[in-house]
Amino acid sequence: MSGGTFVGMPAFPTAAREALGDTQLRSNLAHATRTIRDKRAAVVAEVEDWEDLRLAGAGVKEAALRDLATHLETLEASLVRAGATVHWARDAEEACAIVARLAHAHGVDEVVKVKSMATMEIGLNEALEAEGIAAWETDLAEMIVQLGDDLPSHILVPAIHRNRAEIREIFMRRMGDVGRPAPDDLTDEPVVLAAAARAHLREKFLRAKVAVSGANFAVADTGTLVVVESEGNGRMCLTLPDVLISVVGIEKVVATWSDLDPMLRLLPRSSTGERMNPYTSTWSGVTPGDGPQEVHVVLLDNGRTRALADDVGRQALRCIRCSACLNVCPVYERTGGHAYGSVYPGPIGAILNPLLRGVSDEQTASLPYASSLCGACFEVCPVRIDIPSVLVDQRAAVVDSHRGDRVPKAEAVAMKAAAWAFSDSRRLAWAEKASGLGGRVLRRFGRTTLPGGRAAAGRLPGPGAGWTGARDLPAPPEESFRAWWDRTDGGQNDRGTR
Amino acid sequence: MSARDDILAAVRAALTDVSPAVAVPEAPRAPDRGDLVALFVERVEDYRAVVTRCNEADLAGVVAGVLGERSSVVPPALGLEIAGSVVDDGLSAAELDAIDAVVTRARVGIAETGTIVLDHQPDQGRRAISLVPDLHVCIVDATQVVADVPDAIALLDPARPLTWISGPSATSDIELDRVEGVHGPRTLHVVLVGP
Ligand code: SF4
Repeated sequence: MSGGTFVGMPAFPTAAREALGDTQLRSNLAHATRTIRDKRAAVVAEVEDWEDLRLAGAGVKEAALRDLATHLETLEASLVRAGATVHWARDAEEACAIVARLAHAHGVDEVVKVKSMATMEIGLNEALEAEGIAAWETDLAEMIVQLGDDLPSHILVPAIHRNRAEIREIFMRRMGDVGRPAPDDLTDEPVVLAAAARAHLREKFLRAKVAVSGANFAVADTGTLVVVESEGNGRMCLTLPDVLISVVGIEKVVATWSDLDPMLRLLPRSSTGERMNPYTSTWSGVTPGDGPQEVHVVLLDNGRTRALADDVGRQALRCIRCSACLNVCPVYERTGGHAYGSVYPGPIGAILNPLLRGVSDEQTASLPYASSLCGACFEVCPVRIDIPSVLVDQRAAVVDSHRGDRVPKAEAVAMKAAAWAFSDSRRLAWAEKASGLGGRVLRRFGRTTLPGGRAAAGRLPGPGAGWTGARDLPAPPEESFRAWWDRTDGGQNDRGTR
Repeated sequence: MSARDDILAAVRAALTDVSPAVAVPEAPRAPDRGDLVALFVERVEDYRAVVTRCNEADLAGVVAGVLGERSSVVPPALGLEIAGSVVDDGLSAAELDAIDAVVTRARVGIAETGTIVLDHQPDQGRRAISLVPDLHVCIVDATQVVADVPDAIALLDPARPLTWISGPSATSDIELDRVEGVHGPRTLHVVLVGP
């Protein structure tokens, strides 16, 4: 069983339009982002030198990235010394194949998983499923998403688009198919739902032979991996199974053990708005007699070296996935995570996806435009990623990628057409007439009404589609001012419209 | 070329325009907060963990009182007699699941964040024993409490597995309602020993 998949998602404007129509989603999101935002602000205010702490955090990550090859070699050597086996994967396919091969080698048909962005990014669950291996998500929200055959909508609280009644219904309907069923008297109280998840997953934790995790940080000089979590499902996966496989993006490296200090102070306050998250686990390879006795680390590229080569965009690799930028983003708050069509939504997703994948497909190319450039994301980012600057730079990359096109981009067509029409008064009159006609058609077929009862255009076909896809364009008046002036002789013979 | 060589080559090629040397600003230190032990207690309680303070002479009695009738497991070198407790000698996860409580020591307490760090030496035991039972009674000595995260990092040995614990396990995944206790111990009871 797997969750949904983002492949084939429509471009941001289309997906956002659908999301905007979903009032449940919008109110859940508004509540969630406001709550986390307020909690974050309170615990950040407690730290007097927060700005200096941000500078230190940004410095730690920047220094690690600038000499990444050296640190990766050091990390590999430290891991091997500590008893771990290191694998390298150029892309998603290679990484999934490594994990599947290791699972097969141990003869298992299931693995337990700690929530990990990297494994979601590479589509590991689907790849394992194709190999006959079930990958059980053990984070409560990820489990809700997986059981509901759904997609995550937020980095930190992936099931934020579901309310308690829906979650109860998913548990009642699906838990029995994949293990211990939900109790018959299950209510929609969060504490009761959490207890059902505990009972359901405990059975899986106790029998699991192989676990898969990611890592929040990888310390080069000591070979230490770090997982930051809340529920204890991470500790279960990292402790009880015999074999542990961690898929780690190459940008997770920090140089030294003491570099963890600013990171572990910045992350929980920025992320869940806590002084410290309930559980942080660190391990360096194998500890005889304690925890997994076979430890694998898969170092993953999958576009990271592509992003690293971008002199403006490479700072995005400092990201520690705290999700603070999502919670302050006015665009995200209204559209939710699904509209971004990626496991990385929100402002960071709008830059990270194009940097990792390039802008050749329409979906990714639409992401740098999913922002009003208000700058709130930069202000909260614990590692000071200047997201607005990278957004602007990525927009330029999108435009550049279309320079040679025979069919020009919508904006370019629209701007050219405007310049042509405005440059000559007869053409302008013609354009206005055409637009008035368009307005009448739109009133008939338009889907929306703006506040005040004015008709709004739905999606325009042709070159205008890119513009109206994300905006409710007021339908043009049937008669332009110029046409009205001519017909009524400056208003003297006005007896209503034609 | 192997994936390793390819990736390392791509990393080097991506960075030809930058110098590897960056000055990393030093992380600031929290100001002096006065009584660290009092701050530690206050911040642990903020996570809705239970804290009992006692002196060394009363410790055994206090722990026995917290455990009550519950079955319990202890690490091989807890340094405290607990009547009826099982000493861990490599119990299976299923065996641990049948035990109600665990009693351990700790390595460091962090006042600023109300965090306890275990480094799983013999007075704390394997990671599994402080994870599977539903009640974790954790004995912290007042002398183990440090001011902030950097002090803890400096004391801890990265070669050892570490578990940083800040309150009981928790989730806010359902409509952001905080629920204490999901997979880890649902109750954390800290016994702080000191004058
Ligand atoms: S970009 Fe910054 S604020 Fe956004 S998730 Fe990453 S670290 Fe957090």
